[in-house]
Amino acid sequence: MGRVVVDVMPKPEILDPQGKAVAGALPRLGFAQFTSVRQGKRFELEVDGPVTPEVLAAAAEAASQVLSNPVIEDVVRVAEADSAAGSEGSA
Amino acid sequence: MTRIGVVTFPGTLDDRDAARAVRLAGAEPVALWHADADLHGVDAVVLPGGFSYGDYLRAGAISRFAPVMGEIIDAAGTGMPVLGICNGFQVLTEAHLLPGSMIKNDHLHFVCREQVLSVESTTTAWTGEYRQGERITIPLKNQDGQYVADERTLDELEGEGRVVFRYADHDPNGSRRGIAGISNAAGNVVGLMPHPEHAVEAGFGPNGDRGPRTDTDGLRFFTSVMRALVS
Repeated sequence: MGRVVVDVMPKPEILDPQGKAVAGALPRLGFAQFTSVRQGKRFELEVDGPVTPEVLAAAAEAASQVLSNPVIEDVVRVAEADSAAGSEGSA
Repeated sequence: MTRIGVVTFPGTLDDRDAARAVRLAGAEPVALWHADADLHGVDAVVLPGGFSYGDYLRAGAISRFAPVMGEIIDAAGTGMPVLGICNGFQVLTEAHLLPGSMIKNDHLHFVCREQVLSVESTTTAWTGEYRQGERITIPLKNQDGQYVADERTLDELEGEGRVVFRYADHDPNGSRRGIAGISNAAGNVVGLMPHPEHAVEAGFGPNGDRGPRTDTDGLRFFTSVMRALVS
């Protein structure tokens, strides 16, 4: 089973109210070193079989058409999940 | 009798109120289900407020792919009047019938207030019975109400007279240029965040000039479209 990761972030010029709220909460918990937070979304798309270039192309199309809204968000990554990285590894 | 469809998606909240507003205006409300593959011969459509599909992904993003939306997008293209209220406005932007998008209110809080609006365009199918510059009071209630679009789109909307409503007195959610509602170029598709269907009957709406709960400023959305359809 293959897995594709799609990361979507609010556009830099769009104020990210959620990120701002998180940034406001961090110092209250003692995390004073973080000057800014932006909050995005991560999608994990699974396919039967390996992640081929065709699968990645379809994921990129889904990312731009459905998973993100280009008015307010950017697709910043469409890639095969790295099976060596713990949380991204297949079960 | 004018027949106005009111769409119900899973998670829609204000379909009953919208249908009631249609009836009070003198038209016949027709319930449209999200899975309907036809519009049952209606003359106009209202996409009401709520939290369709729980606002999953983005507000309005999943509803945009409901079967009934394919029909509405086609009909809107041939001039059928469509009104999107709150979540319905979000659905219209996700469906690319209206430009821009809505993000969380800049102050992060849910807003529920009687909001004064300035009517900026009376040439749309849904605003013909208002006066240019008229101030009306319409309930506003949302979490993702901050209208955003790039500067070029905003200039285009202003230049073409497609800003239909602006927040008067103060901007309650950080919307660009105080925009509360917009239309498409043809003027048959209108979307706004405030809820006209909650200001249609004395005794239940906002406070008005004639006393508490006397305001019925929202009713003319529906009488406007009835007049637009017969002319």
